[in-house]
Amino acid sequence: MNGGFSSLRSEAAGAMRTVLVSAESLQLTLKPELTQEEQALTHATAAGGKARETLKAGNEDLKEMLESNKESLKLEAMKRIVQLISKGKNASDLFPAVVKNVASKNIELKKLVYVYLVRYAEEQQDLALLSISTFQRALKDPNQFIRASALRVLSSIRVPIIVPIMMLAIKEAASDLSPYVRKTSAHAIQKLYSLDADQKEHLIEVIEKLLKDKSTLVAGSVVVAFEEVCPDRIDLIHRNYRKLCNLLVDVEEWGQVVIINMLTRYARTQFTSPWKEDGIFDESEKAFYDSDSEEKQGQREAKPYIMDPDHRLLLRNTKPLLQSRNTAVVMAVAQLYWHLAPKHEVSIVTKSLVRLLRSHREVQYVVLQNIATMSIQRKGMFEPYMKSFYVRSTDATHIKTLKLEILTNLANEANISTILREFQTYVKSQDKAFAAATIQAIGRCATNISEVTDTCLNGLVLLLSNRDETVVAESVVVIKKLLQTQPTQHCDIIKHMAKLFDNITVPMARASILWLMGEYCERVPKIAPDVLRKMAKTFTSEEDIVKLQTVNLAAKLYLTNSKQTKLLTQYILNLGKYDQNYDIRDRTRFIRQLIVPSEKSGALNKYARRILLASKPAPVLESAFKDRDRFQLGTLSHSLNIKTTGYQELSDWPAAAPDPSVRNVEVIEPVQEWAPSLGKAKKPKSDKFYSDDEEEEEEEEGSGSGSEDDSSSSSSSSSSSSGSSEESGSESEEESSGGSEKTSSDSGKSSSGSEASSSESESKQKKKKRTKKATQRKSKQTAADSDSDENGNGPVGKTSSSSAESSSDSESDSEEDSDSDSPAPQKKTVAKTKPKVEVKSKKEVSLLDLDDFSPAPPSAPKSSVFSSSLLSDLEGLSLSNVSSAMQVTSSSFGPVKTYELLHHMTGKGLSAKYHFPRQPCLYQPSMVAVQVILTNSSDHSLEEIHIGDRSPGSLNVHCFNTVERLEPGASVSVSMGIDFSDSTQAANFQLCTKEDQFSVSIQPAVGELLMPSTMKETDFCSEQKKLMGMNETSATITMATANTSKQNISKQVLSVANVGVVSSDQNNLQRFAGRTVSSGALVLVTLELRESSTALLTINTEKTVMASMLLRDLKQALSQA
Amino acid sequence: MINSLFLISHSGDIFLEKHWKSVISRSVCDYFLEAKEKAGDPENVAPVLQTPHHYLISIYRGKLFFLSVTQTEVPPLFVIEFLHRVADTFQDYFGDCSEVVIKENTVTVYELLEEMLDNGFPLATESNVLKEMIRPPTILRSVVNTLTGGSNVGGTLPTGQLSNVPWRRAGVKYTNNEAYFDVIEEIDAILDKSGTTVFAEIQGVVEACVKLTGMPDLTLSFMNPRLLDDVSFHPCVRFKRWESERVLSFIPPDGNFRLMSYHVSSQNLVAIPVYVKQNISFLETGSCGRLDITIGPKQTMGKTVENLTVTIPMPKSVLSVNLTATQGTYTFDLTTKVVLWDVGKLNPQKLPNLRGSISIQTGSPKPEENPSINIGLQIQQLAISGLKVSRLDMYGEKYKPFKGVKYVTKAGKFQVRT
Repeated sequence: MNGGFSSLRSEAAGAMRTVLVSAESLQLTLKPELTQEEQALTHATAAGGKARETLKAGNEDLKEMLESNKESLKLEAMKRIVQLISKGKNASDLFPAVVKNVASKNIELKKLVYVYLVRYAEEQQDLALLSISTFQRALKDPNQFIRASALRVLSSIRVPIIVPIMMLAIKEAASDLSPYVRKTSAHAIQKLYSLDADQKEHLIEVIEKLLKDKSTLVAGSVVVAFEEVCPDRIDLIHRNYRKLCNLLVDVEEWGQVVIINMLTRYARTQFTSPWKEDGIFDESEKAFYDSDSEEKQGQREAKPYIMDPDHRLLLRNTKPLLQSRNTAVVMAVAQLYWHLAPKHEVSIVTKSLVRLLRSHREVQYVVLQNIATMSIQRKGMFEPYMKSFYVRSTDATHIKTLKLEILTNLANEANISTILREFQTYVKSQDKAFAAATIQAIGRCATNISEVTDTCLNGLVLLLSNRDETVVAESVVVIKKLLQTQPTQHCDIIKHMAKLFDNITVPMARASILWLMGEYCERVPKIAPDVLRKMAKTFTSEEDIVKLQTVNLAAKLYLTNSKQTKLLTQYILNLGKYDQNYDIRDRTRFIRQLIVPSEKSGALNKYARRILLASKPAPVLESAFKDRDRFQLGTLSHSLNIKTTGYQELSDWPAAAPDPSVRNVEVIEPVQEWAPSLGKAKKPKSDKFYSDDEEEEEEEEGSGSGSEDDSSSSSSSSSSSSGSSEESGSESEEESSGGSEKTSSDSGKSSSGSEASSSESESKQKKKKRTKKATQRKSKQTAADSDSDENGNGPVGKTSSSSAESSSDSESDSEEDSDSDSPAPQKKTVAKTKPKVEVKSKKEVSLLDLDDFSPAPPSAPKSSVFSSSLLSDLEGLSLSNVSSAMQVTSSSFGPVKTYELLHHMTGKGLSAKYHFPRQPCLYQPSMVAVQVILTNSSDHSLEEIHIGDRSPGSLNVHCFNTVERLEPGASVSVSMGIDFSDSTQAANFQLCTKEDQFSVSIQPAVGELLMPSTMKETDFCSEQKKLMGMNETSATITMATANTSKQNISKQVLSVANVGVVSSDQNNLQRFAGRTVSSGALVLVTLELRESSTALLTINTEKTVMASMLLRDLKQALSQA
Repeated sequence: MINSLFLISHSGDIFLEKHWKSVISRSVCDYFLEAKEKAGDPENVAPVLQTPHHYLISIYRGKLFFLSVTQTEVPPLFVIEFLHRVADTFQDYFGDCSEVVIKENTVTVYELLEEMLDNGFPLATESNVLKEMIRPPTILRSVVNTLTGGSNVGGTLPTGQLSNVPWRRAGVKYTNNEAYFDVIEEIDAILDKSGTTVFAEIQGVVEACVKLTGMPDLTLSFMNPRLLDDVSFHPCVRFKRWESERVLSFIPPDGNFRLMSYHVSSQNLVAIPVYVKQNISFLETGSCGRLDITIGPKQTMGKTVENLTVTIPMPKSVLSVNLTATQGTYTFDLTTKVVLWDVGKLNPQKLPNLRGSISIQTGSPKPEENPSINIGLQIQQLAISGLKVSRLDMYGEKYKPFKGVKYVTKAGKFQVRT
């Protein structure tokens, strides 16, 4: 890519040169014009107002105003020019005068010039180049708004010569700090693509990059670009799929529509069909694949159907959008459900679609079209809302017709009487086109529902005496169709219609009656010849369609009743022979040859009767929307019932799902320097199945954004990096005597010990989490070595290894610990387990063992040592670039668990968010670690961000170090510790900058006040027995159906509370254990599954208040899907 | 997505065009004008049309057609929704969305359109974001601007654009902090000849006018939220809270906005506030007819029915009417053949009645269908569904706002078949 970039750069430079040269030459050419102008101006002023009027023809006065020095005059001129443009008048001759103002200071003027430029640049390419340098300068402007608008205009100027410049600008903007500029660059991608499709490959690179963007602002726009430039590159979506699903709710509404449509297409290629009902076909296909499929697939097929969790994720995350006020979003979700959801789930969209019918007429139109298509396949979905489709006399005609269509689709034996009664009202409508449509609808009901055929037919016959011609005509046509289905019983109706024949003038109706006569002439032997006689009289004045049917009737009668009609037939055939219309002449000739025996007419003559009087299949009356389901709902193609340009076909479900692991994302993705290696190490072949599973679950978790796993690990990584550096600092003070070289052998031992224990645990239990952790550990083997280098001085080394063991759940060890130590240290051992793993990843940076660390609270000077600069220095030594990457990580994450501390509006540009990294706090064991992300969204840099005074009675807070300076747009994450004393009381403090102070508060969720505790099932039970009675809180809860699987339950629980899973072999029991951070009290959570998705949730702890709060939170989490 | 936009007047005059991609000749509108001609009534023009090279998607608002041209596949609702948003924005900026007003403010309109779309994809549609970039024209400001040379265009990125509350602008300040909520319910009903309800449902909206300083976080709760069958929210409402607790929790936009709209299920019995006794008949001979309408209160929950109006679109063959109203006045529009009877307040003691004769064009047959009667009414201080706001709480700011809730019931599409 670098190579490509540099070549581009040189190209761009070349282009610039040409631009500048042409600009110069143009300025030269412009000069004389100016002087002319000036002359004219001086002349005019001298000659006075009158002369001026006459001189300034057309746009001359505007030109003059633009040349003037007065800002207001220029502005006025531009306004008038824009008015000209808006009326579609040509103002291109003003281009040179306008383009000079492109660098104006006045923003409104500038904007109007932009408007002008974009409109005419394509026509005046050379002149347009004059402005390019201005934009290039603006692209570097510190104000993001100016950068963005410069890019907008630059990319809108459709001048091919600047393609390389645009390309460069887009690439640069794509990595801009401001999400708004990145959004603009996504828009620019499409513009460039439409200007020069050869840039596709480069543009795809940019798209790929922007797809990874975590900002909700960008997501919608980049998907639009994706759809435009490379909709077939579905592979680009894989890794962003879950992120897009999770971000969806927060994306702006227009982006939502595009993303949902794209994801619909994506899902159809990646998941298997959830529609088990339409089985037979699928079944056979599956069987076919079964024979040669590999093991995994066999497993999949053996089970009835299990929805891919990613598939479910999409459905779940789009559901709330049904409540959007934007009708396009609602429609997009509805079509997503229609195309992707299991059949029984689709009906949840009904209500929302019906709601849209209250909206504007145009919205109604489109929604009704879609409902019409849906209602053909699934009557049940809309039947309860049948009355919503009743027609009002005030509806527009196309709305009425669509409603009618839907009502007809919904008709069944049960509701037909209601519908027919409703139809009776419609037939009388003043809107005749609608009345005619109603008659057709009645015809359709009659054929579809055999019980009412006779009723309908009688009703239609009554309509034949209607005064309105269109109604009668339509009735005739429909009756004709109905009679064809059961001709035997209806001689009377045919006779009746023959009588009406004279009064009916509508050609189609007359033709229909003639056809009926001919077809059933044997049933009405007396009437038919008479009708033919009448027709012979009026033949010449009839419409073509009637003439054709007359010829047909004549032929049929000739064959059945030649005695009476021979002469009539010949007369009509003669008339037809000289008709003006060639179709009729043709038909006449053909019929004559067919029926009149002559020497020339060969074999066919014998079969004439069989040809003409063959029994005809009855027409099928079906909906006009019958075949619309070939198009994706909600699309323009569906609306117009044609395949429009750029329509992306919705593929059929694949018979076997493609590998779902392609959607897996490395957990710590944004930190690109080392993520790949970690990712690779994390997925060793043997563990693949589990680790995948696990990841999917975790990814799925959390509907808002950013999966739990992601957030926790990333935040932990960032905090641990700062933590580790801190550690090193503190160590150097406290343990300066402890020589590192002395214990290198020791460290080797301890690390191998920990490894052994971990691998042991892996084999022993099939705990997925463990597995992952273990492999992670393995991968960091080397790191562990080096870092226990400094750890391992004597006793400390020992404890570290033992703690590692205890972490890998050999309960006896931790028991020992707890026996020997007071409760507090035990909690520490528990707490220790995590950072151990995390911090090891930080390689050289040493880690002080927490056991020793805890008694000494960090002193003030110590904390000042590791200012952010030092931090980055340290990391510069150890790991390249982590600190900067870390900042990106933390700022771009907006996971569910992120809370707002300070909004940038209240914070005068400073915004702060915080989350709980769920790690033991490094400052004091009784503190809860809080990660705060400070972002500067103002346009000036903020200085000295620190925590100010706290009120004396407030909680014990360990502040973060003063952030010296925060550039605009930049963000930094800092960690702090708060001792909440096991209560959810909020910590209030002041967040200060150099100028301002903002009072903020952090209120922890009760689940965050816990630390996971690992224990065996037996210990769990024994502990639980000690905490009965008052200390037990329980409730029966009803769980959402989605949560009934064991994995989902633990996922939900873990999302609420920071507890550890206690492995159990009882299937219906799930146990979790934790300790409160501050006092170390045990918190035991038991979930006993009962039938029909209810469960008994029990919490045992001394902290009864916490128990009830935790119970409430868990209950809520589990009852939600 | 959207290539170009044309504004076309009722009469077919194209008076504004704007292009976001390559210029498309306005001759493309001919296809539309043709369709419009064919449809007769502008309401009957199909919103989605196809031409050989382009697709036309249009809306009809305030006697104006907003016609957008697109060249590729796009969800039609996406465009329609956007066009309505454009019309709403004009309404918001200029107080009216009509040809005259748009012609007067062409430049502002152009600036707005420029900001609302980029390359045919919506960029900024939130009214307060737009207002920070382009200030709405007021007389005072235009005077000041002409004197000082100031501009109506902001130079910085609106704060809302980047924040996660794009609907609210920063630094809002009021001396009187107030939050008003109007619960407006509309009854949609079809009554048949005999007065029985064929179909009835209630559609409601909560309109808010919030003028609060800073960043208030409001919570609005209802006494009986279970009534609400189907809801849609302004993006500011936290859907999760609604799902779990049935309260509306939100950081409000500044000024007027629609907080939510809801639907009260038709399963519940809907109270119909008035009954209509009508007798419209056309005689077979003599080309005349009779009309007799009486309206009385039915289920009004003890409140007075106000602003009662009756609209009767007569068949086209009707020449004139000769009626007497016991209360209020009636008019007959000769061109549209609509009888409009403005009754006013409904007095239960003395029921309003309109009766008289209708004369039909001689020679034309007796109209097939009796006209349907459309009723308009309003009842103050009543939400017909029984919905009640329980309380409004504010977090995040220190001051005490002034709060108010108003209920209104109106007739929506309330139609009586005859």
